[in-house]
Amino acid sequence: MSQLRKISRREFLKKTGQASGGLVFAVTFASACQPAGPGPAAKAAASIAPNLYVNVRNDGVVEIVCHRSEMGQGIRTCLPQIIADEMEASWDRIEVIQAQGHEKYGDQNTDGSTSIRKHFDLLRNAGATAREMMIMAAATMWDVPAGECVAREHAVHHEASSRSAGFGDLVDTAEKLAAPEKAEFKSRQDYRFIGKSMDLIDGHAYTTGSAMYGIDTVLPDMLYASIERCPAFGGSVASLDDSAALAVSGVSQVLRMPDPTAPAFFNIQGGIAVLASNTWSAEQGRKALVIDWDRGANGDYDSASYRESLIESASAPGTAVLTRGDIDAVAGRADQTHEAVYYAPHLSQAPMEPPAAVARINDDGSCEIWACTQDPQTARQTVAATLGLEKEQVTVNVTLLGGGFGRKSKPDFIAEAAWLAKETGRPVKVSWTREDDIRHGYLHSVSAQYFQAGLDADGKATNWLQRTSFPSIMSTFSPDATGPGGFELDLGLLDNPYDIPNMRLETCDAKAHLRIGWLRSVCNVFHAFGASGFADELAHLAGEDPKDYLLKLIGPARKIDPADDDAKYTNYGQSLEQHPIDTGRLSAIVEKVAEMAGWGRELPEGHGLGIAVHRSFLSYVGAVAEVSVGEDGKLTVHDMWTAIDAGTIINPDRVTAQMEGAGIFGMSLTMHGEITAKDGGVVQGNFDTYPLVRMNESPHEIHVHIMESDAPPGGVGEPGVPPIAPAIVNAYFAASGNRIRELPLRNSGLA
Amino acid sequence: MAIEFELNGDAVSLNVESDMPLLWAIRDISGLTGTKFGCGKALCGACTVHVDGQPMRSCSLPVAAVAGRAVTTIEGLSETGDHPVQQAWRELNVPQCGYCQSGQIMSAAALLARTPNPSDDDIDTAMSGNICRCGTYPRIRKAIHRAAEGKS
Repeated sequence: MSQLRKISRREFLKKTGQASGGLVFAVTFASACQPAGPGPAAKAAASIAPNLYVNVRNDGVVEIVCHRSEMGQGIRTCLPQIIADEMEASWDRIEVIQAQGHEKYGDQNTDGSTSIRKHFDLLRNAGATAREMMIMAAATMWDVPAGECVAREHAVHHEASSRSAGFGDLVDTAEKLAAPEKAEFKSRQDYRFIGKSMDLIDGHAYTTGSAMYGIDTVLPDMLYASIERCPAFGGSVASLDDSAALAVSGVSQVLRMPDPTAPAFFNIQGGIAVLASNTWSAEQGRKALVIDWDRGANGDYDSASYRESLIESASAPGTAVLTRGDIDAVAGRADQTHEAVYYAPHLSQAPMEPPAAVARINDDGSCEIWACTQDPQTARQTVAATLGLEKEQVTVNVTLLGGGFGRKSKPDFIAEAAWLAKETGRPVKVSWTREDDIRHGYLHSVSAQYFQAGLDADGKATNWLQRTSFPSIMSTFSPDATGPGGFELDLGLLDNPYDIPNMRLETCDAKAHLRIGWLRSVCNVFHAFGASGFADELAHLAGEDPKDYLLKLIGPARKIDPADDDAKYTNYGQSLEQHPIDTGRLSAIVEKVAEMAGWGRELPEGHGLGIAVHRSFLSYVGAVAEVSVGEDGKLTVHDMWTAIDAGTIINPDRVTAQMEGAGIFGMSLTMHGEITAKDGGVVQGNFDTYPLVRMNESPHEIHVHIMESDAPPGGVGEPGVPPIAPAIVNAYFAASGNRIRELPLRNSGLA
Repeated sequence: MAIEFELNGDAVSLNVESDMPLLWAIRDISGLTGTKFGCGKALCGACTVHVDGQPMRSCSLPVAAVAGRAVTTIEGLSETGDHPVQQAWRELNVPQCGYCQSGQIMSAAALLARTPNPSDDDIDTAMSGNICRCGTYPRIRKAIHRAAEGKS
């Protein structure tokens, strides 16, 4: 594909943005800039855009705009499936265009597993209105009632007169018509792509090296930047000697970045940038810098002592955020009382592609960005604020993301590139090293939880106290954040599904000393680890089978509203009517995944099975792990089974892939994942000190079952992660009799 | 100092520092971006290329070390992307984000070149140097077996 072609498409997107109301007609820039006068070339590039997401070219190609970022979840395949299906387009005649960051698309923040669950109807409508427009054009062209025309296989057909017209042939007529704003959706039984495992749109690019990521952008005259940052978050440069750096071959400039802000937001966090003619020279120059740091207010942060204070915080009464019955009234009457503390460390998202961005300042002072961003609109605003521009002066082109996992929602690295482009007057690529990524990211929060429960003579839980303490994501945005709050409590705390008459959930204070961000499934990681681990403890205390006990804890099929227990719960931004907390669906998952794993079967000597189930992002996932401990004392995960109920599914193979990936991601954080800090700085730096699961540790297969459902779609990217850690830890208990309440297992010598 | 070697069948002469890792010479100087940076310390395999047919981590190999040798990157693995490994990868929809897959494919192709019918243990040995954060390992394993079947 030629560069000219790409530019034409970008301009098309700009062009469509100029119309109000979101429903526009647009002759593409490609046709507008053809030589004057009629001719085949001008004709070939004409097109009609029934809405923001669809552009029909008169060569018959339907361009589908993907306004969500592709980071491995398969959205560039799944989103077109929805639009093409409703439109009756043929799969081999579509092209996917990646949208720039612009509020006209609505929410582009590819986060919270929202791409399908929050946009299914919007995308269906985009396809359906495009289909209706093609039908209207055919009816107009043939002068027949639209009701007699049907769209099928990329064409409109009028059976009575045996006439057909391809979508491309209808562009000229459609241009004179008003696009409908709403159109009827297809019936489920008529779906051709929705619910089908379509192959990856980018499969060829991924396997031939032609896929373009943030790190791959190259502009003429571009400088390569590498930035040395203060080890401690919030620190600044006390003194700098850059003479040796400037002597390195290829290095052209050394610049002091703007000082850090508190709170951090997505702002540049200081440091010294070395600019050079290639990445290697920039990094060599950076190594030659001599910097004294003022480590600042967090320079004393030590994660080992912080761990003690966090556990102390969780062990004392906190602020009640959900109250059911009266745990204090029944606590003393329980036949057995049990308490435990669960702890999980900071984590780094560590996407395989570290943060990377390219920025260019144009002659008119506007700024153009190419970046692997999960959130191009926030990137646009951040760049505008960094450069003192209006956001209309900033264009954000979204590349493929070499993984995201929450890291690339934060556009700090894009702000760095923009600032350096402005300072140097040259296009600049900022590439983070792996050490930069692990040491200077927005970390998943460290957490401590205290649990206390009482069982009656039958082993039934009568009371449940859970306290959670972790430095809040809000600390990144507010100086007043002192602990868990807001949406974080929705993530596996307030939606507790257990049928226990007396329950109190509390939050306890915790200050942040590093930038706190979000990582795939966020607080669900540690809340599920704690609650599902502790539930397993209660099963063994009651002398019951963990799966049977779990079903008893969940209790009868019902729909839970945390507001009934005075909790402020927002249900991942969607209504409880459409997306209830349905314990019937949760129990069905427990039954299914247990059946898949052959729960109750005779196991090989030394093996154990563990089970956990968790609802997050409006989907229900259960996991069973089979583990054993070898003679070397190391834990092996032999097999893993997961079942998901995510309501309506777009692409079963992509859901399966997400579940497989979530299994490995969950294993990594269970076995190895830990970020610690000393003197304010992150200790780990690369995959030697922050190991991830590799091929030799991976189960040969992760067995996935997708529940048949016509419920509205739930999330898929994140919900597979939370049940993995407790399933493994519970399996280890079954195999060994040893209970683990702290991640990662590496610290217990098991990995 | 110009360093001469063969890159995907073409003779190239790069005027770069001799200690520049091959990865950056390929990416920044030759402009082939299919080979990826992941760690810079030969820990993750994202940068895997073939040097005289052997899989090597280009991030930790000085460009001078390939003088006079033949380097193959993902772009040069096949003319049209139809190497059995690439085909198997697509048939099983192995990639998620795709970023590590150039390196995975190069490691897998090298494995199959020397062991046409690898066992699971062979796969563990050859592929455990390549990290996939998306967790595509079960599919990579299947795709290697699939490619082996296709070739035999």
